[in-house]
Amino acid sequence: MADNIKMEVRHISKSFPGVKALDDVNFKLKKGTVHVLCGENGAGKSTLMKILYGIYHQDEGEIIVDGKVVKIANPIDARNQGISMIFQELSFVSDMTLEENLFLGRWIKKNACLIDWEKIRDETKKLLEKEGLPYKPDTPLRSMSVSNIQMIEILKAVSFNAEILIMDEPTSSISNKDVESLISKIEELRSRGMSIIYISHKMDEIFRIADEITILRDGKTITTLQKDETNIDQVIELMVGRKLENQYPKEIMEIGEEIFKVEHLTKQGVFEDINFNVKRGEIVGFAGLVGAGRTETMNTLFGLDTYDSGDVYLNRKPIQVRNVREAIANGIAMVTEDRRRYGIIPVRSVMENASLATLKKYFAGGRRHKHEEIKDISEVFEKVRVKTPSLETPIKSLSGGNQQKVILAKWLLCNSEVMIMDEPTRGIDVGAKKEIYELIGDFAKNGKGIIMISSELPELMGMCDRIYVMKEGKITGCLENREIFSQEQIMNYAVS
Amino acid sequence: MEEKKKSLDLSKLISKYSLVIILIVMMVVCSIANSNFLSAPNLLNVVKQQSVFILLALGAMLLISAGCLDLAAGSIVALSGVVSLYAYQIFPNVFVAFIVAILVAIACNLVSALMVTVFNTPPFIATLAMQLIARGLALYITGGQNLSGVGKDLAAVGQESTLGVPNSIYIMLILFLAVVYLTKYTIMGRSIYAVGGNEEAANGSGINVKAVKIKTYVINGLLTGVAATIYLSRVNGGMPNGAQSYEFDAMIATIVGGTSFSGGVGSASGTLIGAFIVGFLNNIMNLVGIDSYLQQVARGVIIGGAVIWDIYFKNKKTYKKGK
Repeated sequence: MADNIKMEVRHISKSFPGVKALDDVNFKLKKGTVHVLCGENGAGKSTLMKILYGIYHQDEGEIIVDGKVVKIANPIDARNQGISMIFQELSFVSDMTLEENLFLGRWIKKNACLIDWEKIRDETKKLLEKEGLPYKPDTPLRSMSVSNIQMIEILKAVSFNAEILIMDEPTSSISNKDVESLISKIEELRSRGMSIIYISHKMDEIFRIADEITILRDGKTITTLQKDETNIDQVIELMVGRKLENQYPKEIMEIGEEIFKVEHLTKQGVFEDINFNVKRGEIVGFAGLVGAGRTETMNTLFGLDTYDSGDVYLNRKPIQVRNVREAIANGIAMVTEDRRRYGIIPVRSVMENASLATLKKYFAGGRRHKHEEIKDISEVFEKVRVKTPSLETPIKSLSGGNQQKVILAKWLLCNSEVMIMDEPTRGIDVGAKKEIYELIGDFAKNGKGIIMISSELPELMGMCDRIYVMKEGKITGCLENREIFSQEQIMNYAVS
Repeated sequence: MEEKKKSLDLSKLISKYSLVIILIVMMVVCSIANSNFLSAPNLLNVVKQQSVFILLALGAMLLISAGCLDLAAGSIVALSGVVSLYAYQIFPNVFVAFIVAILVAIACNLVSALMVTVFNTPPFIATLAMQLIARGLALYITGGQNLSGVGKDLAAVGQESTLGVPNSIYIMLILFLAVVYLTKYTIMGRSIYAVGGNEEAANGSGINVKAVKIKTYVINGLLTGVAATIYLSRVNGGMPNGAQSYEFDAMIATIVGGTSFSGGVGSASGTLIGAFIVGFLNNIMNLVGIDSYLQQVARGVIIGGAVIWDIYFKNKKTYKKGK
């Protein structure tokens, strides 16, 4: 069935100074199928995709499309070969409208200087209709959600007559509901004969849409599996190269006294009458769709935002959290979502990042206590197993998992009592995820209270003692017994 | 393997001290081009001339590291210079001149800082407004005329030497060391880099971002005020039209010295070396008699080159590492 192969990658190798990013990679993409690429961060998935899209060039090996060896020097070449790519970080001009973005850089022209806006409008309408998308051509992209913009990117690919679509972690920042519509869109594209390369970390999602799964590890292709002939455990095992006994290393701890309580917390139009508590040693989850108000509530409790009314208690004493400094002084810590944007100072060293919340201690009395700082940080880094070439290394050159560990170290240095974690494992590969889970478990074991927001239900169900569910700014339910957590019940509270 | 590691260390060393190496190479080339260059009087003269710029450049370094900037520095030098000279005419004491100049410069910087922090004006716009305000005020209160009346003690600041070294160099060195201390050994220093490196993450770690910005502007005001007094003394009068575009020369020095315009990176010593590189370059161009208009072109080429160096080489390294 050689003519069934849309694209083939043969013996591709690519080195960067000091790193062999890809080492003899091979795989075949069949026509009209979804081919998932799996691998830990750093396994070479993104490098491979960038080669297919002409952003990088391979040192060795060839790419074959429709049986012919092709040379892809740049993204324009890639498009001419019918290859389109949707990046993890979507690229668009937010101040322009849908139609302007769609035809950006390939305007339909009346003559040498003027753009034919009427024709663009017509074309856009035709495309939207064909794909069954209910948007207006003149909608500013600024007003559209990430998932809607993703659909526009797909639209763009379709308008290029793309036959191969590469999607790099398209669901990493959209809600579960939007994942559903994305998946049905992908299924539709597949049935129309498009071949799709799909990169994702989320196993349940992978197993829903994949036809074939190719696993990369350390820049090598490990194997290609038919979806029907494998299972999640096998895929993870092949990805990390060792057996992961249990993805969620949950230990049942003795639950202590109440440590944190929130009563009637309200902010007009954002969240309303939020009541919950956390006990020592307890991991409390917050589930809900994106936009349910979980992040907003937690940001408020950490002093990043203000609230209208309500009370917050720590160890049964009322506290104020008017700003982050007050929250930290009261023993509240928060690992924010979107690490790059809110969590790290990319250009500064791991040490400076780690001691950022405890500067008063290391600069007490108007001078720097360098040895104390280095000693404390080395100790805590050992505890959370940060892998870094040195304390002076800029944090941006660490992997996502290690960056997250530095942030955890930062809060450990503060001796925080309550830890709020918003999507603590997003964008972190499977092996490092487990380490993060273990660390979260350690905090709980040490009598801290943990609040964990996550969009991955299996993660919440695996790690939490109780799960609150939010919908449209309210808490709609609480699952109290971890023996009978169920995805159905959480979704029930989240949508109904 | 061992050899490879050694060469790696060497290249690391070169990249770490690249500024010093550039400065030394430049000085060697300059001394070959003109035998007067390496003479002590010439070198001291260059450093003396650069003193005002170095003080402004240290302020610019702190502000740019904190993700801000000050386009008003030159105008503020002019304004605080003339106001200070008025005060000096009433109380003829060099300390009065210093204190008044510093207070005026801090006041101007506070206005900029409030625009930036309270009203969230981009620093570029806020300090551009301040530039017009300060220059306008300086011209208004003097009627556009230069002021005279610099007494002996005030003139000594910028014109005389102690133990063969110009007084302004001592002042500049003391403030330089103070900025070194500030950036390396204080909470304020760490906070400046954190705020410039990622404002939201700094806020999320409990740093009072607005307070840091205001303080940085105040420190810049202090440096500008001292620079204004030295300038006043050196030109021997209050010049409402003086110190034009000094802020740009200051920024050129600090950027050549490795300060990143994206914020979060910059050092006092780099700024000092950057100012020397620019100063010696101007000096050698004068000594070998290059056309003064062409000198301006050369300065433009240097700042362009420095920024390209910063963006291309520094980012290339991380770009390659990231997959």
